[in-house]
Amino acid sequence: MNSNHAENVNENLLEVGFMNKIINLLKVVFVKAGVLPWFLIIAVIFLAISTDTFLTESNLSTVARQSTYLVLAAMAQMVVLLTRGLDLSIGTMFAMSSVTTSMTMVALSASGMSPWLAITMGCLAGIATCMIIGVFNGSIIAIFDVPPFVMTLATSSIVAGLAFYTTGGTPVYGMPGGFSDIFGYGKVFGFSVPVCITIVFIIGMYFLINWTRLGRYFYAIGGNPKAAALSGINTKRVIFITYVLAGFITGVAALLLTARLESGESNIGVEYPLMSIAACAIGGVSIFGGIGRLSGVVLGAIFIILVQNGMNLLQLNSYLQMVVIGILLILAVVADNYRLKLLLTMNE
Amino acid sequence: MSAQIDYRANKSIVEESMRRWQSAPLNKDNAMKAVDNSVLLRVENISKQFPGTLALDNVSLDIKRGEVHVLFGENGAGKSTLIQIIAGVHRPTKGKIFLNGQDTVLQNVHQARDLGISTVFQEFSIIPQLTVGENLFLGSEMTKGPLLDKTKLRDQANETLERLGFPLDPNKQVMYLSRAEQQMVEIAKAFRTKPSIIILDEPTASLTERETEQLFLKIEELKREGIGIIYITHRINEIQRIGDRITVLRDGKFVSTIPVKEASEEKLVELMTGRVIDQVFPNINFNPDKSLLKIEGLTLQNNILQDVSMEIREGEVVGIAGLVGSGKSEVGRAIFGLEKIAKGKIDFCGNTVYSSNRHINTLKPRTMLDSGMYYLPSDRREEGLVMVQNVRENVSLASLGLKTFSYNWFLRRAGEKKSVTEVSKKLDINPPNIERALEHFSGGNQQKALIGKALVRDIKLFIFDEPTVGVDVGARMLIYKFIAELCEEGAGVILISSDLPEILNLAHRAYVMHRGVLQAELPKEQLSEQSVFKYFFEKEKGA
Repeated sequence: MNSNHAENVNENLLEVGFMNKIINLLKVVFVKAGVLPWFLIIAVIFLAISTDTFLTESNLSTVARQSTYLVLAAMAQMVVLLTRGLDLSIGTMFAMSSVTTSMTMVALSASGMSPWLAITMGCLAGIATCMIIGVFNGSIIAIFDVPPFVMTLATSSIVAGLAFYTTGGTPVYGMPGGFSDIFGYGKVFGFSVPVCITIVFIIGMYFLINWTRLGRYFYAIGGNPKAAALSGINTKRVIFITYVLAGFITGVAALLLTARLESGESNIGVEYPLMSIAACAIGGVSIFGGIGRLSGVVLGAIFIILVQNGMNLLQLNSYLQMVVIGILLILAVVADNYRLKLLLTMNE
Repeated sequence: MSAQIDYRANKSIVEESMRRWQSAPLNKDNAMKAVDNSVLLRVENISKQFPGTLALDNVSLDIKRGEVHVLFGENGAGKSTLIQIIAGVHRPTKGKIFLNGQDTVLQNVHQARDLGISTVFQEFSIIPQLTVGENLFLGSEMTKGPLLDKTKLRDQANETLERLGFPLDPNKQVMYLSRAEQQMVEIAKAFRTKPSIIILDEPTASLTERETEQLFLKIEELKREGIGIIYITHRINEIQRIGDRITVLRDGKFVSTIPVKEASEEKLVELMTGRVIDQVFPNINFNPDKSLLKIEGLTLQNNILQDVSMEIREGEVVGIAGLVGSGKSEVGRAIFGLEKIAKGKIDFCGNTVYSSNRHINTLKPRTMLDSGMYYLPSDRREEGLVMVQNVRENVSLASLGLKTFSYNWFLRRAGEKKSVTEVSKKLDINPPNIERALEHFSGGNQQKALIGKALVRDIKLFIFDEPTVGVDVGARMLIYKFIAELCEEGAGVILISSDLPEILNLAHRAYVMHRGVLQAELPKEQLSEQSVFKYFFEKEKGA
């Protein structure tokens, strides 16, 4: 009897020990990987069960393609956020770039230029437009110390005004068909062209942020600008570069979106400033600079699009969708704060 | 539990005792007799467990009326945790607190303050954007109905400042005050409520000699009034000046409580570190070689420096002494390119890096670093380090352009890891984890990381600006040892310090500054407390 009892106790103890181990393991995974993977897994499982269409190949490739614009915009925002900046003009960059790209292509095609040359010139014009806006933001923020919030807010007003003024608010049609065929609907090895381009940018960004001096300087300036300056870093120049870089990445995203829409639109991109910040915040980027990982930002953007896609499949009212996204954003940040606390206790 | 009842009982006792000392005549003998010997506060067998660390382990301590009880120990010994428990910030895991003999549970800072325990924290708890008056009454503003009673607030702020003898304007925003004046606001905030126990955590860290003296007079006065004072400091001369008893902590454990009379410097260091230390300051061999830096007639645009000339050679430690605001720090900052220069000429390693006559100006942190000069700022949190980044990233930050750390634009992370690991071993950074964020290290170890930034590259001239502020004796000795090694290996060292013993013991030669003007150059033989002090004030008479 006695020995039996003891065995039972032992078994129970083992079980308790086992459970503790599992809980600890889960904690470690949570602390290491963050909240996002869990959010993603839960969302995928939930949507796979509650809809028939979610896990189909066509839907998943739609999600992937739809994500590209936000992934790129979020990466642009991340670069700026890391150095304690903020870019609210990303949205109007989409609009302005769409307008210049389409108008350039239309004008050059009409003047008898070959379609491919016109497309190339149009793409360059679109990207250049965004980079010029970035130069405008970056130089005034770096030289005159205008707070990024105010500066980029002002820029977005200026640029939106220009975009509407040039087009009168009407779409620009008549771009060479090849443009949309490639950058909007084209496929390479079965992957859509926007997805491929985005993957190239993610890889490039990974190296820039983690393996170059410039990337390290982003984090250092965001963490402590004075210490960075005393370490011999030209902080003004780096801050300037972040805005130009953000412009460049946004320019590419705007190009892909314009190609998809097959027309130049002066009213696109309105949602991107806030959505890109949301993707960064969900991905663990600190709004106060110096902290954040690229993987988090990419997953954050994909997560937002995935949830939107799921809610569309579930035919949830679009206004309620906004409510859900807001709640998820708060949840993610609260959970991340908890994670940081847990991380501290585990470090000790 | 019984906390609420105790709270009320205690409060009335505190109020009673406050009435007593307020109405008591300020006759020294009388007051002394009335308050002598009774214990105000006793903590018994206090332990505090933080996740993963036992910060305090069974510590006991008592504070008597009218005594200055000094808490002494290395960084991380548990001093801060102990005062945070007494101030009501943390609650002990084990142990009891007796206030006037009553078992008390301190719920929060507010309650502790109501019970008569006021604290001047080391980290400022004042808000820069608010005025002095608003800061003094933050959290207990006077109101008239739903609105702030601004007149009353201003009057009472004036009264508090006058009582303390601090020459501050209550309507001035705190951010326009000097650091020393901000410290006064912090102190005034603690003294406003007429407490029975005051906790001072390194209050003199940013005060000038004169302001320190004023604070000490105030403390004497408070002692006479029967107030108990808990005083934390690393400065041994302060202990001897105002302390009555000393309690030494080490690794969260109680070591000993001794009267100040019995506490010699050697004894204190021995108690604190647990080992016998024969010498805090190393002897540095003096082998001066060729000239490294030559400053001629340096004047800043803001006139904080006027016509300063200095010379530093290889293989010597040159001290720059002076009071707060004397311009000693600006000399170091100016030659590193952090100040706007109006006039003068600076040669470094035989090259003219600045000349107002010939319009040469290559002074910039980047170029100075690359030509072999390194400036360690006095405020490591503010200017020295990126607290959210880890040791590796901080140590390499100023040197990422070197071959060890990068190839063109790309980082060599393996090389970085190897190089920083070596440096952190050499500096004995503890815990020895270079991937840990700097904000989780103690002050001493942060300071070591700051020095580490200079050790991963080739530096000919080191400028140390207050290298041991808020650093315990263990880390201090290590820093001194490094200064000695660097100098003996042939580097030049400029040591800018408000800690006079540091200059007297380490420097081969010292410049004394006063109000932006170079007062004297003293060779080793003439370096003494008297000789330096004389020049701190000298020319005021003549002028």
